[in-house]
Amino acid sequence: MTAEVRAIGLLGPGIGSWAHGRTVLRGAALYQPQLTVIPASMALPPAERRRAIRTVNLALAVGHEATVGVDIDLTKLCTVFASSGADCTNCHELLETLATADRQVSPTRFHNSVHNVAAGYWSIATRDTASYTMVSAYDGSFSAGLVEAFSLVTSLRHSVLLIAYDMDYPGPLREVRPIPDAFGVALLLQPSLGSGTMAQLSLSFSDESPAEMHRPELESLRLSAPAARAMPLLELLAGGRAGVVRLEYLDNLSLSVTVTPCD
Amino acid sequence: MRVNPVTISALTATSCLGAGLRETCAALRAPRSGLTPCNFETVRLDTYIGQVAGLDVQALPGDLSHYDCRNNRLALLGLAQDGFLEAATQAVARYGAHRVGLFLGTSTGGILEAEIAYRHRDPLTGRLPATFKYAESLDFFSVASFVRKLLGLNGPAAVVSTACSSSAKVFGMAKRYINQGLIDAALVGGVDSLCLTTLYGFNSLQLTSALPCRPFDAHRDGISIGEAAAFALLEVLAPVGAPGSLALLGVGESSDAYHISAPHPEGDGARQAMQAALDDAGLMPSAVDYINLHGTGTPSNDCAESKAVGAVFGSKTPCSSTKGATGHALGAAGALEVAISALAITQGFMPAGLHCSTLDPSCHINYLRANSAAAPRVVLSNSLGFGGTNCSVLLGQCA
Repeated sequence: MTAEVRAIGLLGPGIGSWAHGRTVLRGAALYQPQLTVIPASMALPPAERRRAIRTVNLALAVGHEATVGVDIDLTKLCTVFASSGADCTNCHELLETLATADRQVSPTRFHNSVHNVAAGYWSIATRDTASYTMVSAYDGSFSAGLVEAFSLVTSLRHSVLLIAYDMDYPGPLREVRPIPDAFGVALLLQPSLGSGTMAQLSLSFSDESPAEMHRPELESLRLSAPAARAMPLLELLAGGRAGVVRLEYLDNLSLSVTVTPCD
Repeated sequence: MRVNPVTISALTATSCLGAGLRETCAALRAPRSGLTPCNFETVRLDTYIGQVAGLDVQALPGDLSHYDCRNNRLALLGLAQDGFLEAATQAVARYGAHRVGLFLGTSTGGILEAEIAYRHRDPLTGRLPATFKYAESLDFFSVASFVRKLLGLNGPAAVVSTACSSSAKVFGMAKRYINQGLIDAALVGGVDSLCLTTLYGFNSLQLTSALPCRPFDAHRDGISIGEAAAFALLEVLAPVGAPGSLALLGVGESSDAYHISAPHPEGDGARQAMQAALDDAGLMPSAVDYINLHGTGTPSNDCAESKAVGAVFGSKTPCSSTKGATGHALGAAGALEVAISALAITQGFMPAGLHCSTLDPSCHINYLRANSAAAPRVVLSNSLGFGGTNCSVLLGQCA
């Protein structure tokens, strides 16, 4: 399957945008880890904005970066969301409440606990009535999302937005799922037209092990969150280079991505 | 773009109606509801539930015992019915482990084990007990990871978690992947099990009924939460799809883009999803003989869904919600109701919507309050969920 990358959104520890991340990944700037700063989404109506949680803001921020200024009808854009655990802080607080005697769950906390909460808020914010999906595959969640997005681009012959994100785990959950900070990446994909986009990607399955980042600080970042398993692909895209990378997917299966820059 | 139908070569369902298709069909034909007053775990709520019997003693195979949680026990119990494990094993032998995909829907997965673990945190450090296994229970992918290892699958896999449409959407995903040649066959389905999160959560939204749920009744006042495991084996049409065998004809999806926990009042999203399923299959609305409605039994869902059905089909097409019998199996509801829709075709009857003594006069649909002996050839199954997600699945027979 092939598709073209038209735009990218990126947010992570010490990385504030794709423009910033690209300079780091090219080696033109040092990587300086800092806590991920997630802006509140202004795209949501005020009532929804008040109730939105950090996961929603993270997903909307990278989705917005990948679509802002692009000539595309967001109300008809098919979207794929990929996350291992979605909002674990919300989950943690729900679990704490359920461990108390009265078990008085907050209705907002409960509806924010559905895995597709960010997808639902994205559709409301952009008035997007096209279908969305939400996939999860543990550390291979980004690859599962990429396969699904490519399948949809191929089937619909239309652009598809992939938004992959993971949140830092709080309290006792972090010991059993050590994701230290938030990471989000969005790829706006379109059918291969060769019309002056960033790069053409081609996917295939592989039984070889996934690629690592050469710089240790970036390899730590890649391993810090499932969505950050996209880093080897982002590094090739940042450098505008042709090449092949294998991304982490499942046991006995990785995802091989061939990158061909567009002129 | 329209894609080819795929064959449904094996199917199974386990819910409060029973383990496997035979018990499910017998209960639907009776008709009998599996809903009982809630006595689940330590839950003290005035509501009814659809509980699967025998999960407390269901054991996982020794080498996969670390995956033990209610959701994976339910998955295994479900897979063990109707010769499904054997059919899946044969598909692996036929196509190769890397050519068989695995796509499962769940909304809460193994969260019950986390709920219990949170009662046993270390009082000083707050740590969870060492027996709690995150990846094998709470993580959304747990059930797929378990089934992938159980069957030795090496193909693409994912869990879809879009609330109550989760295990309907996996049918569309697998159909696309098969048509695109990424895989030759797929094991799809849904597994969702009872937990405190959904029982107390839906209660907090005042969406649970104190009575067995009454979809489309004028006095309906909420859902009854159930649990289920349902699976289907999908394969390329040729050479498996003999004329008359069960086929997945089309899948349609949409978003309401309206509200996070309430449906669009006019059912716009549901209408779009049903129309998209018809378009995918290349069928006119008149080709559909029966609609298995999402029909949760909340005032807003059933009202919106009836408007959507009316807009696409008019008021003549027979339809019903089977949630009065099964309860709302949430992330497993889509696959469970695809299995019930398939039974309607293969066993030649249309199941009644239970507990509807007075049809809501504002719902202008042909709602079946008794079983119909008419045999449907083409059936549509609706799944609508939180986050405004809609999915319609169209079943029929291979030409």
